[in-house]
Amino acid sequence: MQQRAFRAVPKSVALILIASLCLQLAWQYQQPRPTAHAEDLVFPPDSKTLQALSLGEPIALAQLMTLYLQAFDNQPGISIPFRDLDYDRVQTWLARILDLDPVGQYPLLMASHIYAQVPDTAKQRQMLEFVYQQFFEDPNRRWPWLAHAAIMAKHRLKDLPLALRYAQAISKYATDPDVPHWASQMPIFILEDMGELESAKILLGGLLVSGIVTDSHEIHLLTERLQELENEEKSSGVPKN
Amino acid sequence: MGSSRLQVLTISRFTLLEALRTRFPWLVLATILLAVLGSLFVKQIAVTETVRQQTAFLAASLRLAAVFIMGLYISSSMVREFNDKGLELLLSLDLPRATYAGGKFLGFSLIALLMVASICLPIAFLAPLPAVLLWGASLAMELWIVCALSLFCIITFTQIMSATSFVLAFYILARSIAAIRLISGSALLDQSSVSHQITVFLVDSFWFLLPSLNVFTQTAWLVNQAEWKMILPIAAQTAIYIGLLVGAALFDFYRKDL
Repeated sequence: MQQRAFRAVPKSVALILIASLCLQLAWQYQQPRPTAHAEDLVFPPDSKTLQALSLGEPIALAQLMTLYLQAFDNQPGISIPFRDLDYDRVQTWLARILDLDPVGQYPLLMASHIYAQVPDTAKQRQMLEFVYQQFFEDPNRRWPWLAHAAIMAKHRLKDLPLALRYAQAISKYATDPDVPHWASQMPIFILEDMGELESAKILLGGLLVSGIVTDSHEIHLLTERLQELENEEKSSGVPKN
Repeated sequence: MGSSRLQVLTISRFTLLEALRTRFPWLVLATILLAVLGSLFVKQIAVTETVRQQTAFLAASLRLAAVFIMGLYISSSMVREFNDKGLELLLSLDLPRATYAGGKFLGFSLIALLMVASICLPIAFLAPLPAVLLWGASLAMELWIVCALSLFCIITFTQIMSATSFVLAFYILARSIAAIRLISGSALLDQSSVSHQITVFLVDSFWFLLPSLNVFTQTAWLVNQAEWKMILPIAAQTAIYIGLLVGAALFDFYRKDL
């Protein structure tokens, strides 16, 4: 279909168009920027419903849900502290996202690095515990988040038994050759911090004997560490069990 | 009554008659029936708040269906008129193009109004009447925007496929633009990166150009609380956007060389 020249359009029509466009821009300009409110975060549907809603694209839905959940953060201009969020709901969202996309790491990153950073010990513990529970579903892939949780438990919560529990889980279940040795060795250092020198020594010795550690530099470092532990034990006179 | 106004009313009357004499009313009734059956199923499987679940399902599904049916009907009706050369015949008479487009828009808006009335009927059995009236008024305005949008698209693209696709894409974007803008402004993202700034600029541009359909016809009004003052900004947005779309449709229509 041919187009006629612009002058074929009556002036009144062009005026209506321009005036409406200006009104629309002005209208939207005076609208408040969309904001997220902590109370707006509702419980997500159950996993089966979400699977059905995903129409065969669970990963895409998981990503959309992640982005939606992520919107409940500090927005420019307003602040929604994470501690205002209902953490039971946040945890359910994270769990559902993991159900939809078990290989995705995003929810565990958010749990350990974002939601666990609030200045609320109970909420920190809840998120770390969530990471711990989820770790067992896929230890060889999810160990970095539990390692971070162990570090948080040790330094932020000052809860060494909790840190040890997390570290021992990594050491015991994350057995893939790609898992770095420092992660497997975490219990040793935590036991040392707890004053459990004998346990740390046994664990370190066992690690050296097992042949898991093959790098010569690492063997040297760990042997030195074992030697230091033995010296420390002798000088402090810690009785052997 | 001026002859131009009379012409508008005549065209709108015939547009309405065309819809009533085709299978359009049956399609609307069948859709409502299917949605009611679906809502009964939802009610049966819901463990708690059964009426709330049923109302929410019925309202949300009928809202979407109404938009889809209206958009598709307008596109197909207008294309048939283009193909039958009915438009050329009408424009060969002493009939300004604005009158023709205005009459068509009025006719489609009346069809939308009848459709909303039929949709509100089953919902009125489940939710309080004032809430249903508010919800219905908002749905009517939403459908009027869809009518103006479909008219603009079919005049511009002249093909069902491209016009309907544009209408649906526009509708989905207008419903989700607030959430997209919320997500794009997340403080967790690297605010200084160029790609982020471009994304935010694009999203903000869409936000300014699109109507905020996310505040229209909320199911929460039916299942929670509704206040009539909520309709005022919706009415203002509807008036502005219909003006914009009808203006754009007329602009394009006047440039067409038939």
